[in-house]
Amino acid sequence: MIWETVRLSLISIRRNVLRSFLTLLGIVIGVAAVIAMLTIGSGTTEKVKADISKLGSNLLVVRSGRPAGPGGPGGLDQVVRPLAEKDLAALVAHLSGARAISPASQKQVRVIFGTESLTSGVTGTDSAYLDARDWKLVSGRPFSDSETRSGAGVCLVGETVRQQFFGAGDPEGEIVRVNRTSCKIIGLLEPKGYTGFGQDQDNVVLMPLAAYQRRIAGNRDIDSIYIAADDRTPTTELQPRVEDILRDTRRITPDRDDDFSIRDMTQIADAMASATTTMTGMLGAVAGVSLLVGGIGIMNIMLVSVTERTREIGIRLAIGAHEKHILIQFLVEATVLSLLGGIIGILIGLALAAIASVTLTIPFSPSPAVILLAVGFSALIGMVFGFFPALRGARLDPIDALRHE
Amino acid sequence: MSGPVLISFDKVWKSYGQGEARVHALAGVDLAIRKGEFVAIMGPSGSGKSTAMNIIGCLDTPTSGTYSFEGIDAGRLDRNRRALLRNLYVGFVFQGYNLLPRTTAAENVELPLIYRGVARSERRALAMQALAEVGLVGREHHTPAELSGGQQQRVAIARAIVTRPTLLVADEPTGNLDTARTHEIMELLTRLNAELGLTIAMVTHEADVAAYAERTIRFLDGHVASDSKNLEMA
Repeated sequence: MIWETVRLSLISIRRNVLRSFLTLLGIVIGVAAVIAMLTIGSGTTEKVKADISKLGSNLLVVRSGRPAGPGGPGGLDQVVRPLAEKDLAALVAHLSGARAISPASQKQVRVIFGTESLTSGVTGTDSAYLDARDWKLVSGRPFSDSETRSGAGVCLVGETVRQQFFGAGDPEGEIVRVNRTSCKIIGLLEPKGYTGFGQDQDNVVLMPLAAYQRRIAGNRDIDSIYIAADDRTPTTELQPRVEDILRDTRRITPDRDDDFSIRDMTQIADAMASATTTMTGMLGAVAGVSLLVGGIGIMNIMLVSVTERTREIGIRLAIGAHEKHILIQFLVEATVLSLLGGIIGILIGLALAAIASVTLTIPFSPSPAVILLAVGFSALIGMVFGFFPALRGARLDPIDALRHE
Repeated sequence: MSGPVLISFDKVWKSYGQGEARVHALAGVDLAIRKGEFVAIMGPSGSGKSTAMNIIGCLDTPTSGTYSFEGIDAGRLDRNRRALLRNLYVGFVFQGYNLLPRTTAAENVELPLIYRGVARSERRALAMQALAEVGLVGREHHTPAELSGGQQQRVAIARAIVTRPTLLVADEPTGNLDTARTHEIMELLTRLNAELGLTIAMVTHEADVAAYAERTIRFLDGHVASDSKNLEMA
């Protein structure tokens, strides 16, 4: 009986192709909007997460200066005391649960090779930096311990630097000028691409910290210390240990605040991701409103359909249709109609999301749960908004209905 | 030709409106139709014949009095029980054919069987048989728009008899047809009455159509004005 009714409703939908299509349009647009929004949204969330994990996962970054918070960042009442080598040494000596600890000082510096020049982020660091940042070499080798200690004139370059100076060629062994000094390229870094904030992570030159301090910065300061947690230690556990060690070596009495900040990249990633998720939810809700409008469209058309087919209902009632037969017929028709709209909407929504994922370079990540929900919801809309018109049809008096012109 | 009583009206009243404006479409009608009878119901507009037909077909109920169908007090049944009664015992033929548009002859004929819950293959077979009985072999897959008026009425008759009803209610079945078609349809009804023992109650305006029936009941102002056996047609 129910399959028969579904078949009948498909026949009746086919009989009024244009009208059915126009009715569907509301649901199609609604579902397509919801699916596209949610799919693009979850793609964006993934992209943000991936971008931040490119900065290094399970990473703590220590910088000098008071942490942001009440009273504002930095603070005018104190001179910022930079991080020093003894801070790094204390962390290396006493911190447990860290996989890699590495200093980094950075400056935008003009790098020259032959007649070409490029302003690049020149970073002074040690060989642990690659491990801390989860960064690999495409070719060449990292700094040796003796190069790090002595501050040798060697460097590792990023993909952007290579392309600027050597095109597709091998940079290894070439000598570039950095500021007033020169260094020999000993390795090429794996490309990382742009961050979500539009910063080119491959426009870098890494050199031993001692070389950077001596030849570029002209001081012994360390801008930041990167600490990568090992697999067993969550960053939230590592952070207080780092704070304790630094307060100790920097001789900060208990009545004073930290004069350094520790940023947890994992927490930043989570915060960014949850912000995107919230945004996605809001956009989805807005799109959901259009679904509701689509549902009202269905109700409108079903009312028209019942009125238009009053005579048909009369015939059906006369030849022995039960009230529930008429009710089910129109209910199934409305449900099939909106389900059809839902399915078309899903296809269009996914297509839109796929196009967006290519143009916005975000991952295409359709969620089966969202799709199932959209199918269920559009069927529900058909049932809810089809019920009143269907009931109206079922309650018709057969004599009046037969007389209806 | 006539068997036990199928239909009986006992002091049936049907009234509309309230107070001063109250109109009696039927004013205490007594009537009986036996199984296998072919009865023509005549009368001017407003005489109550349509109201009587609606009650006979279990589409309507009397305001007072008793209408019984096969011994069932059909006038007291709720609308869904009357729907069941119609589905099981009554077939309808209308002046305007009332076929579902854009639906093939076979599908139209199958319709009452769907509401009976008959399986699809059996339905198909029964529909084909009914269409054969009304002389429409080869037209099964035509839609009403592709059929002439006479053919459409044959489809409607096939739809009415496919459930093997006890009673066929025909409301001016030839009202839209020319003389030649009218006689064909009337001969078909006469044959169904004779061959299947189908009881037929038919409303008509035309005396020569009424003449096909065995008996004519004339309504006037809500009463039965005359009830007579017809002479055999020459």
